[in-house]
Amino acid sequence: MALFDALLELADDHLVLGHRVSEWCGHAPMLEEDLAMPNMALDVIGTARSLYDYAGKVEGAGRDEDDLAYLRGEREYRNLLLVERPNEDFAHTMLRQLYFAAFMHPYWTAALTSQDETIQGIAGKAVKEMAYHIRHAGEWVVRLGDGTEESARRMADAVQSLSIYVGELFEEGAAEGVDVLPSRAAIRDEWLATVKRVFDEAGLTFEDSKFPQTGGRSGVHGEGLGHMLAEMQSVHRAHPGATW
Amino acid sequence: MSGEVPLWEVFIRPRNGLAHKHVGSLHATDEVMALQAARDVYTRRGEGNSIWVVASNAITASDPDQAGENFEPGEKIYRHPTFYEIPDEVGHM
Repeated sequence: MALFDALLELADDHLVLGHRVSEWCGHAPMLEEDLAMPNMALDVIGTARSLYDYAGKVEGAGRDEDDLAYLRGEREYRNLLLVERPNEDFAHTMLRQLYFAAFMHPYWTAALTSQDETIQGIAGKAVKEMAYHIRHAGEWVVRLGDGTEESARRMADAVQSLSIYVGELFEEGAAEGVDVLPSRAAIRDEWLATVKRVFDEAGLTFEDSKFPQTGGRSGVHGEGLGHMLAEMQSVHRAHPGATW
Repeated sequence: MSGEVPLWEVFIRPRNGLAHKHVGSLHATDEVMALQAARDVYTRRGEGNSIWVVASNAITASDPDQAGENFEPGEKIYRHPTFYEIPDEVGHM
């Protein structure tokens, strides 16, 4: 079941991040971003759906995407700690998106040549979306980092507070030995190059944390995830099988 | 916030061979962000494959009160080039 577990990790990353980004809907600082954020949320939620769907088929226990998304508790979620971090402010949100997309873009690019056709298909769509997320989030990181005194301070705070969650991106997790999925550790150099390119322009410095936080892959999460899932799953749990 | 952020006019070309058409406006700090915002605001339903953004203050507009001075072709129907057969190979005109 290594493939099932690995797909679930990936799917959880995308769903949790998508839900976090969707929390900006109706709250973004300007109308243009109020559309851009849900667009990005829908991109990653779309990827999550494909991954859950495929994971359910691989598992062969009759669970569909809704069962996997809505009927697992916090300890069963396998997402990275990075993606569950609260939105805080625009600087945190955009940096989190840049970190994730700078990882997923090379990841999906490598997955384009996977032996598994379904994974290839998911990668083909996601790789274009991630390229845009890098661009969009990257431009904001540059403008906030190199902006006003307040925006620069907020951006530097975001860099400081998210740095401990970077290391977990490169842990193989359940995908260890799954040959239809790319190696996560191999992506570090390209990730760093993308982030440094943006940081140079933004006047920010990236420092690897000496004490990275991990645990997401084994279901040990921050307290925010439970609250998020409670909200996200409440309708499905109150009205099982409801459709619209 | 929008008060401090410049306004941009957005033009979209739906297909190759057609002209860019004005679709609306948006606020963005600079031309790079304006293009990204245009993608997010105006192309979500597959409206087009090429986007132009132009700073609204770069547009020189005519005064609607002077529209009376514009031409009134009236009887001059020959000014509407509808009497020609356009060969199929020409495509969109």
